[in-house]
Amino acid sequence: MADLDRVRWRCRRGLLELDLILKAFLERHFERLDAGQREVFSELLDQPDNDLLDLALGRREPAPRHRAVVEMLRAG
Amino acid sequence: MGLPVRTFDAVIVGGGGAGMRAALELARADLRVALLSKVFPTRSHTVAAQGGVAASLGNIEKDDWHWHMYDTVKGADYLGDQDAIEFMCRTAPEVVYELEHFGMPFDRLPDGRIYQRPFGGHMQEYGRNPVQRACAAADRTGHAMLHTLYQANLKVHTQFFIEWMALDIVRDRDGEVLGVVAMEIETGEIVIFRGRCTLLATGGAGRIFASSTNAFINTGDGLGMVARAGLPLQDMEFFQFHPTGVYGAGVLITEGVRGEGGFLLNKNGERFMERYAPNAKDLASRDVVSRAMATEIKEGRGAGKDADHILLKLDHLGSEVINRRLPGIREIAIKFANVDPVREPIPVVPTAHYMMGGIPANYHGQVVAPGATGPEEVVRGLYAAGECACVSVHGANRLGCNSLLDLLVFGRSAARQIIDDLKRNPHLKPLPDDAADRPLARLARLETQKDGERVAEVQAEMRRVMQAYCGVFRFGDLLKQGVDKIKEVAARAGHSGIGDKSKTFNTARVEALELDNLIEVALATMISAEARTESRGAHDRADHHQRDDANWMKHTLWYKQGNRLDYKPVHGKPLTVEAFEPKARVY
Ligand SMILES: Cc1cc2nc3c(=O)[nH]c(=O)nc-3n(C[C@H](O)[C@H](O)[C@H](O)COP(=O)(O)OP(=O)(O)OC[C@H]3O[C@@H](n4cnc5c(N)ncnc54)[C@H](O)[C@@H]3O)c2cc1C
Repeated sequence: MADLDRVRWRCRRGLLELDLILKAFLERHFERLDAGQREVFSELLDQPDNDLLDLALGRREPAPRHRAVVEMLRAG
Repeated sequence: MGLPVRTFDAVIVGGGGAGMRAALELARADLRVALLSKVFPTRSHTVAAQGGVAASLGNIEKDDWHWHMYDTVKGADYLGDQDAIEFMCRTAPEVVYELEHFGMPFDRLPDGRIYQRPFGGHMQEYGRNPVQRACAAADRTGHAMLHTLYQANLKVHTQFFIEWMALDIVRDRDGEVLGVVAMEIETGEIVIFRGRCTLLATGGAGRIFASSTNAFINTGDGLGMVARAGLPLQDMEFFQFHPTGVYGAGVLITEGVRGEGGFLLNKNGERFMERYAPNAKDLASRDVVSRAMATEIKEGRGAGKDADHILLKLDHLGSEVINRRLPGIREIAIKFANVDPVREPIPVVPTAHYMMGGIPANYHGQVVAPGATGPEEVVRGLYAAGECACVSVHGANRLGCNSLLDLLVFGRSAARQIIDDLKRNPHLKPLPDDAADRPLARLARLETQKDGERVAEVQAEMRRVMQAYCGVFRFGDLLKQGVDKIKEVAARAGHSGIGDKSKTFNTARVEALELDNLIEVALATMISAEARTESRGAHDRADHHQRDDANWMKHTLWYKQGNRLDYKPVHGKPLTVEAFEPKARVY
């Protein structure tokens, strides 16, 4: 479970909007992600805050391999 | 003691705009700099700033730092220190050009000079007409600033300690500050960062309120550390609010919604702004709208099961207008309020945005506190800059775009003072034996606390109390009750506990440690606000509706020890120009 702990802290961001979106995502989706999806989520967390928020709010389209996880972020 | 000790010339806590600007100056002077940050530096809250940074470059229209100074003094409702304000406005063009040279991608005019946009409160000719003074990088000014400063710091070998949380400052018996005790969030390891000088740049503390635009990390850690070390916090009653944040979330709903014809309703469906501002109605100024909303809630006409918010109706505009004229609002309402504004009103509430108060500092970035020599004795070895510091350039109310400016000006001036200080004084005193006692005791309590109340519950109660009793519009009776309530919450925080006691990435432990800091800030804010029986700038009281210069033209100082209050004079005298005498603040 160290994985979830690590990710939980990385979900602390500079933009409040992201804090809220990522918190909801952790509660609703994270446990059910498979290893590949966790990898994708971790890549998404490495993006700058504004880019990640644009993805989460549908203002920008994700790379094909990120699509499934970004869809979950958008669904909330 | 037995803790590992790492020694640097300068230890900086905070990797936002202020911390990184200071680090850059110090590392360029070949000092060994450690910069600690809870999160990756470019994820600091500075990333949220969109509007820009104010400087009288005069690239679009004629401008002058004297005008900028006037606007800032007036905006601050005369509580700002005029020496510091002069220093900031005079230095503004220089620090902006410097940032440009570090690589900041400012928006530009066709001839290559920096483009400037208008921003509320910034005027020409001592308040005559609006002037374009804000320098921006699209709507990502803060983001661009952080990236520019981070890259520049990498080149000069600033040592970043990322995902390290400072817990307390180390202060010896003479009152000199010798560094900080910090915890690596990944491993739980505790280390003493010994610094010949220590700079706090930990940002704001908007999270004390239930509704706040601030990110979760804005927990006022620097303020908590200073308060526990026996030093005061200044002017904490002054918090700036925005009238419409999404209830329960804090995300801002732009004022454009009311501009396009949206309006506010109470629980009875009444368009109450008609009563408070018969002409301007929902387009009245921010403070009038916020005050009306708070009054409706206080008098029991708030919406929802706790009667604690207001409804912003815009469905009558129709989906076409909403989509076309208010892009992004629908997605924000759906995402954060769970309502589709095409059909239902958005629940909103006045939302805390910016903290004017903080750690008392002079315009050289030195932390000051009352001592044997007067009310502003320098605390040796300790500096503060950015939103955590109260210099005080923002006084009772901050002007938009002056905060990013504050980071650049005072981040740099603190660093320069440190460089100078280290030339004259080696600052190599031995660490006292009890250097880490305070933070270790805090950690030990969390380790051993049995059946403690959950940290999240206590935090939620603190935020609720602050919002309800010490919000945007303040009532004498509520403030009095609020003081008792927040003390009760503080006592509960002292017994709160965490279920998870693991060492690695223990977010629960971090949140418990953050709560200690939030509680200090909340106490300081409530107690300072209750005592100040006047209205000035952002501190707006129903029972004392006028500014009272005869009795209250002074800075508040709050001490944790005994919740004691003290006061000190405002610096009415600028450095080189004539003083601006207090006038009524009308726009
Ligand atoms: C939505 C929004 C928009 C804004 N827009 C503007 C604008 O357009 N113009 C303007 O001038 N101002 C604006 N402001 C205000 C401005 O952004 C902030 O006041 C400013 O960015 C604060 O910068 P800082 O460097 O003091 O702190 P921050 O950027 O908040 O950085 C604090 C740093 O301290 C670190 N830290 C905190 N506690 C600890 C600890 N215990 N241990 C280690 N590290 C710690 C954090 O990790 C972070 O790196 C805006 C604010 C908001 C909320």
